[in-house]
Amino acid sequence: MERRSHIYGVLAEFATPEELIHAVEKARADGYRRMDAYTPFPVEGLARAMGLKRNMVPFITLLGGLAGGLGGFGFQYWAAAISYPQNIGGRPLNSWPAFIPVTFELTVLGASLCAVFGMLALNRLPQPHHPVFNVSRFAHASSDRFYLCIEARDPKFHIAETARFLQGLHPHHVSEVTDD
Amino acid sequence: MDEQLQSEHDDDRPGIDVHLKDLSSIDRPLDLATVRAKLRSKTGKQYWRTLEELAGDPSFEELLQREFPRQAPSEWDESVDRRDFLKLMGASLALAGLSGCGRVPEQYLVPYVKQPDGMVLSEPLFFATAMTFGADAIGLLVESHEGRPTKIEGNPDHPSSLGASNIFAQASILNLYDPDRAQTVTKAGEIQTWSQFIDAAQAMAAALRSTRGDGLRILTGIISSPLVAAQLEAVLTLYPLAKWHQWEPAVGDGPREGGKLAFGRYVNTVCRPEKAEVILSLDSDFLASGPGNVRYMREFYRRRKLNQSADRAGNEMNRLYVVEPTPSVTGSSADHRLPLRYSEIEPFARALAAKLGLGGSGKLSPATEKWLDGVVKDLKKYPGRTLVVAGEQQPAEVHALVHAINAALGNVGTTLYYTDPVEAHPVNHLESLGELCTDIDAGKVSTLLIVGVNPVYTAPHDFDFASKLRFDEKLKTKKIETVIHISQHFDETSQYCDWHVAESHYLEAWGDARAFDGTVTVVQPLIAPLYRTHSVHEVLAAFTDKPGLSAYDGLRARLKAENPATDFEAWWRKTLNDGVVAGTALPPASVSLQFNPASLPPLKPSSSDELEFLFRPDPSVYDGRFANNGWLQELPKPVTKLTWDNAALVSPKTAEKLNLSYTIPSRGGEHGQVLSDVIDIALSGSKVTAAAWILPGQAEGVVVLPLGYGRKNAGYTGTNKGFDAYVVRSSKTLWASPAPISVIRKTGDSYPLACTQYHFNMEGRHILVTANLDEYRKNPNFVNDRAEPPREDDTLYNGRAEFPYERNKWAMSIDLNSCNGCNACVVACQAENNIAVVGKDQVMRGREMHWIRVDRYYTNTESSTSGKSTGDPSQYQPALENPEAFFQPVPCQQCENAPCEQVCPVGATVHSAEGLNDMVYQRCIGTRYCSNNCPYKVRRFNFLRFQDWETPQFKLMRNPEVTVRSRGVMEKCNYCVQRIDKARIAADKKNQPVADGAILTACQQACPSEAIIFGNANDPNSRVAKLRAQLRNYSILPELNTRPRTTYLAAVRNPNPELENA
Amino acid sequence: MSAGEPPINSSEIRRLTPVLGPGHTFGSVTDKISSIVLTRPTSVGWYVGFLITFSFTALLTIAMGWLFTKGVGIWGINIPVGWGFAIVNFVWWIGIGHAGTLISAILFLLNQKWRTSINRFAEAMTLFAVACAGIFPLIHTGRPWMSFYMFPYPSTMGIWPQFRSPLIWDVFAVSTYGTVSLIFWFVGLIPDLATLRDRALTKPKQIIYGMLALGWRGSVRHWHRYQSAYLLLAGLATPLVLSVHTVVSFDFAVAIVPGWHTTIFPPYFVAGAIYSGFAMVLSIAIPLRKAYGLEDFITMRHLDNMAKVMLATGLIVAYGYFFEFFMSIYSGNKFDLYLVEQRIHGPYSHFYYALILCNILTPQLLWFYKIRHNVLILFLMSLVINTGMWLERFVIVVISLTRDFTPSAWGRYQPTFWDWATFTGTIGFFVMLLFLFVRVLPAISIAEMRELVAETAEAD
Repeated sequence: MERRSHIYGVLAEFATPEELIHAVEKARADGYRRMDAYTPFPVEGLARAMGLKRNMVPFITLLGGLAGGLGGFGFQYWAAAISYPQNIGGRPLNSWPAFIPVTFELTVLGASLCAVFGMLALNRLPQPHHPVFNVSRFAHASSDRFYLCIEARDPKFHIAETARFLQGLHPHHVSEVTDD
Repeated sequence: MDEQLQSEHDDDRPGIDVHLKDLSSIDRPLDLATVRAKLRSKTGKQYWRTLEELAGDPSFEELLQREFPRQAPSEWDESVDRRDFLKLMGASLALAGLSGCGRVPEQYLVPYVKQPDGMVLSEPLFFATAMTFGADAIGLLVESHEGRPTKIEGNPDHPSSLGASNIFAQASILNLYDPDRAQTVTKAGEIQTWSQFIDAAQAMAAALRSTRGDGLRILTGIISSPLVAAQLEAVLTLYPLAKWHQWEPAVGDGPREGGKLAFGRYVNTVCRPEKAEVILSLDSDFLASGPGNVRYMREFYRRRKLNQSADRAGNEMNRLYVVEPTPSVTGSSADHRLPLRYSEIEPFARALAAKLGLGGSGKLSPATEKWLDGVVKDLKKYPGRTLVVAGEQQPAEVHALVHAINAALGNVGTTLYYTDPVEAHPVNHLESLGELCTDIDAGKVSTLLIVGVNPVYTAPHDFDFASKLRFDEKLKTKKIETVIHISQHFDETSQYCDWHVAESHYLEAWGDARAFDGTVTVVQPLIAPLYRTHSVHEVLAAFTDKPGLSAYDGLRARLKAENPATDFEAWWRKTLNDGVVAGTALPPASVSLQFNPASLPPLKPSSSDELEFLFRPDPSVYDGRFANNGWLQELPKPVTKLTWDNAALVSPKTAEKLNLSYTIPSRGGEHGQVLSDVIDIALSGSKVTAAAWILPGQAEGVVVLPLGYGRKNAGYTGTNKGFDAYVVRSSKTLWASPAPISVIRKTGDSYPLACTQYHFNMEGRHILVTANLDEYRKNPNFVNDRAEPPREDDTLYNGRAEFPYERNKWAMSIDLNSCNGCNACVVACQAENNIAVVGKDQVMRGREMHWIRVDRYYTNTESSTSGKSTGDPSQYQPALENPEAFFQPVPCQQCENAPCEQVCPVGATVHSAEGLNDMVYQRCIGTRYCSNNCPYKVRRFNFLRFQDWETPQFKLMRNPEVTVRSRGVMEKCNYCVQRIDKARIAADKKNQPVADGAILTACQQACPSEAIIFGNANDPNSRVAKLRAQLRNYSILPELNTRPRTTYLAAVRNPNPELENA
Repeated sequence: MSAGEPPINSSEIRRLTPVLGPGHTFGSVTDKISSIVLTRPTSVGWYVGFLITFSFTALLTIAMGWLFTKGVGIWGINIPVGWGFAIVNFVWWIGIGHAGTLISAILFLLNQKWRTSINRFAEAMTLFAVACAGIFPLIHTGRPWMSFYMFPYPSTMGIWPQFRSPLIWDVFAVSTYGTVSLIFWFVGLIPDLATLRDRALTKPKQIIYGMLALGWRGSVRHWHRYQSAYLLLAGLATPLVLSVHTVVSFDFAVAIVPGWHTTIFPPYFVAGAIYSGFAMVLSIAIPLRKAYGLEDFITMRHLDNMAKVMLATGLIVAYGYFFEFFMSIYSGNKFDLYLVEQRIHGPYSHFYYALILCNILTPQLLWFYKIRHNVLILFLMSLVINTGMWLERFVIVVISLTRDFTPSAWGRYQPTFWDWATFTGTIGFFVMLLFLFVRVLPAISIAEMRELVAETAEAD
């Protein structure tokens, strides 16, 4: 049992996205849940194969947009009509049409910032270290290789079983991922 | 200093008395020991004030004199330790900076306590004084802050001002603070003390007395000061063989000699234009120059004001005919203007006299004849209610004829009257100067005293005045032993003189002056001399047996003698306070006409293919005396809109003959720069090179050479600007010099002229609206018929007025019927609002800073709405010979829907609760967006640091109530908001509304023709509200819906229908 | 179907001119592109180019130093022409800055695959152009050290900016645009930075790229969110990019100056922006592919497509010019009429004719297949069009101001040495940044190229 704590998971390396998708489907069919796949570019169908659902990013973006827009107009109104009312060329204090452009810009700004930083936050990035980096071959994950990692946290995980299972998918290479 | 502040606070006490060392009584040996003792005794807070006082002490100044490095240090007393030396030098430095502060003369000055109509006296004190100008003096009220004169206004009680002023009076404050002024007595360039001069003068006097003054000559300009005149007479009696010569370069002998010719004696003519229905000007610019011009302008334009009720009744409006060779301010506001050559004026006058049955005859062209007939008919319509005036530069014959004509029309006693001459000791100046020159050549002159004039620069070139003063190569000596020159600048003449005495400015010295009608004003100083300068009076006194007699004592003595009033002091105080010596206006003199036009010798016909070169004083720098005045140099000349230069003004036809051309470079363009052809002009054996300027409306074949430029030694501002027309001005052809066209040669070069408005076509836009009196009578609402006024609900928003301006609603009304472009408003604004002078280069880039500009449009040019126009006059051929000129002063329009405010990103220009379009300099970051979006282009930007922040004199001059703007901020007219606030605060204290007329903007106050009226549009009884209610009232470009607060009254001319149809 | 083009069906064109050269694998694209940054030695040409552009950047700093010392008076501006080169250049640069985001965002949404190999440096170009543009609003004010008044910060005086002013809109539009372009660009870079991290040979490079890569490891979950974020950014950037030049055009359209006060401005400014933007992309892409042998990635199909976009936007711009005239004449507004007349006959008419030549006549050549496929002509044409777009801004800003409502105040404008120094200085600065960019970052998105490889593999 204590050996397990040092094991993060088992990593299988594939040459093509198709093999990876196949492997993922197999693994799920075999009952594995706690796993992750690593690809040098977004592979179509992989997310479906992994059974990933819709994510939170769009919702966060919506919130950011609303905050920017409402806040933007509200601030302009407050500044021009309440905090510092001035007779500007006989225009009404609340010259709302003139406030639209800034409102729009702030909407976009708020939404964009939330989209990006929301995405990074949900991805727990920046995260300088991760166990998979311990596998030297993993450098190819950013170039031309495709990886499937079945993690030790998976209840069905057993180092030997899982390794054998992965071997059965004819990967290029299978390696063990340790925590440190 | 302290006393003065007190006196400002208690209103009961009209006077202030401040004690200061009298600079004029100096004749003590230098006592260094006491000075040191004084210095030691002073400690602590008092130090500065007392040191300053000490510094004011002449003996101390003498000490400093000797300490100046240029002096040999041997004189230095070893016993003085370094400490004291530093203290002394410190004092002298303190002087340099603080010279203005608190140095108020010790005599009683009487501030203006009787509140003139519509003026609120507040912290600053106002003193009545006067500025002499030729045979006239304009009465002034001078604003003084803590003892520093800062602004000059007209004196409402003074006959030649009536509260208004002109550009020269307005700009003279800058002369006071001119850092280039001569600052001390010099002998051959070496600094001397006043006492040294007194000694020298006394020595000369002693020598002269032995020879009964043989060889003593005095050269002055026109003297209108009774005090100085009396002194001169005294000198002449003291030295019977001495002679007094006069030379005034820009005023002709015509008026003088004309009087003699007509009446057998010198007379002074005083006109009453207000009483005249029809006025005919023969080359006379009586509205802008010559004695009484400010008064005349006021009177003349009182008869041009229109209001619906009155002008329906009968002919309220007078009619002005002008015959002149070159467009003048007067000519530009004429109902009928006829361009004639200078030499054709006299035949015209003769013909007029003939038609009035005075005999004689004059040959005229048929067209002119016809024109004249119309005029004569008009003149005869109003016996005794017409006026004919002749120009200062016209010959005696014309003036004599005019006297006869006025007599024949029965105008004497009604629209004009004659008095004894205002100027002291009138003589024929040309003869007088000629006599002096011959005497000098004959070696009859040993001592020459030149008072205030600059003959080396202004004398006719054939007199070669410099050679009279210079070391003579042949004689191996100087022709005159001693030449003493007193003048405000060390000028062209000074450099040839042995002694030069720095003359005090009129705001620095006591004196008196006579106005055009003889009224005497006591000229009281507002500040002790900034430098070691002295008045003419003191210099003359130095040659009498009473040297050191102060002008103050002399003046009081004379007035005491003249007015054996019971209580002289009370009388004196009242006189100072009013600014006029009561009852000194000259009474009408009875003259008998002893002149028959028929007796005039027949004129030799002038060939019309010959050119005529005219010499005229420049509208800005006059005869050159204002050459070093930046305000006047940068002032666009009324008709040409040129600044910083004069140019040979050529009529369009002549320009074609010479094929003169010009280009408008992209740098500056129409609003800045014109590259003009340069021409050589060879006249009367001399030659000058000048830039040519094509002037529409100039009589064909006439070339005008404005005097006053090309100064060689005027100071930083005035030296080497323009060309010197005196160089080709000979004694034989003083005013007009006929010459064949061949004397002009194109050099092939071109010269950049700084012109602030080149494009003079309105492109058919609703900017300056005019009509004839008949059209106006038929349709008083012609203005609004011509432009679509904006609809109130023409707005994106719900249209309800969010800003009602309930209390005060400031507005300005400008009557285009009364504006003749005299520019007084422009200079007044510059003085009031600390507006910077930017210099020729910047003007050429279109960056001048005037807050109010006077636009000049020619209306009967072919309107080119098709848009072909690029401002090139060749497109307006039909009108070029005699275009109808109109002037339009354009300050900020103070739009209620201000386009400038909407686009300012930082809210640096916003509307005040009273509807002013305020500029917040501190907030402005200088995006210039507001200026781009201003349809009237009234905003001015500090592209560079235009203000002079170093020169201490200018720091003294500035109006402390107006921010001095630095680089990078926008600025513009704000209706003199400092004056508005002052009046509102005063009114609020009394819990009253601001009275109408309690606020006069600087431009309004200066305007001689009352064209500019400012006030509260909410008050139905205010003058401005009444004017805005007139049907003639309109705003520029109303279709833009900017709703300006500055509105205009359309110009209405009153042409003679007969001539119209002709 | 363009004239002069051989009659063949579109699929065949795609085969003839693919978006990616044949025979590329995931590895090969990675090697090829990353090698430019990691292994390839710096060429002499790079150093020469860098030095030249650097010296112009130095000129820019000198010009700005003198400006801050003396004031904007060193420029040719005056009354009435309060805005000169500074604003002309600002609008010009902002316009150029549009292509990048447009390519990345709009073409992404339209799923135009050919965008892939050009979007990276197009976005970089956008950033640099916006940087150049951003300089001008700051320095053109009379008191640049007070420019912060334009930002809404809680000042002790309780004063706020004046939000009715288009200049304030500018501040928000440009800064928003700059920010969004930056994050958009960076998000796109993250996977490639990871690639560089993993392939870097030296420790410092590994550390720097490593930090920038934020520990990206290509997890499918990350890619999942990454893609939606990228899609959303594209969706947001699209209206943004259209809004920016709209707002810039408001600077003029909201003012009342004849020649500025025109409702056609927003669309035709945007079209003009895309026009000049694509021109600038071409003037960069063509030398770039030559210098680094990227013909396989930036193929003739790219150039052809960009040429077509230029032709289209050029026609929209021409339409804008025409309607400016038409509306002036149709409305009969005397001020507008006069201005139209001035453009044709006035002192600056030659600028106007040059503008028509560069912006309307020249691009008509793009109708021809042969021209679109002649790299040299395309390159020269892109330069001509950039000049033309600069002239357009000059005509709008300056000529309108020289002849506005009050004839007595009419003037003219002439740039000074310092105007030119600042202008050329920003161009130098711009190109210098590009030189640095190609040396330190992958000029083409490697990750997206891999996708392309995958797709082309499927296609075959």
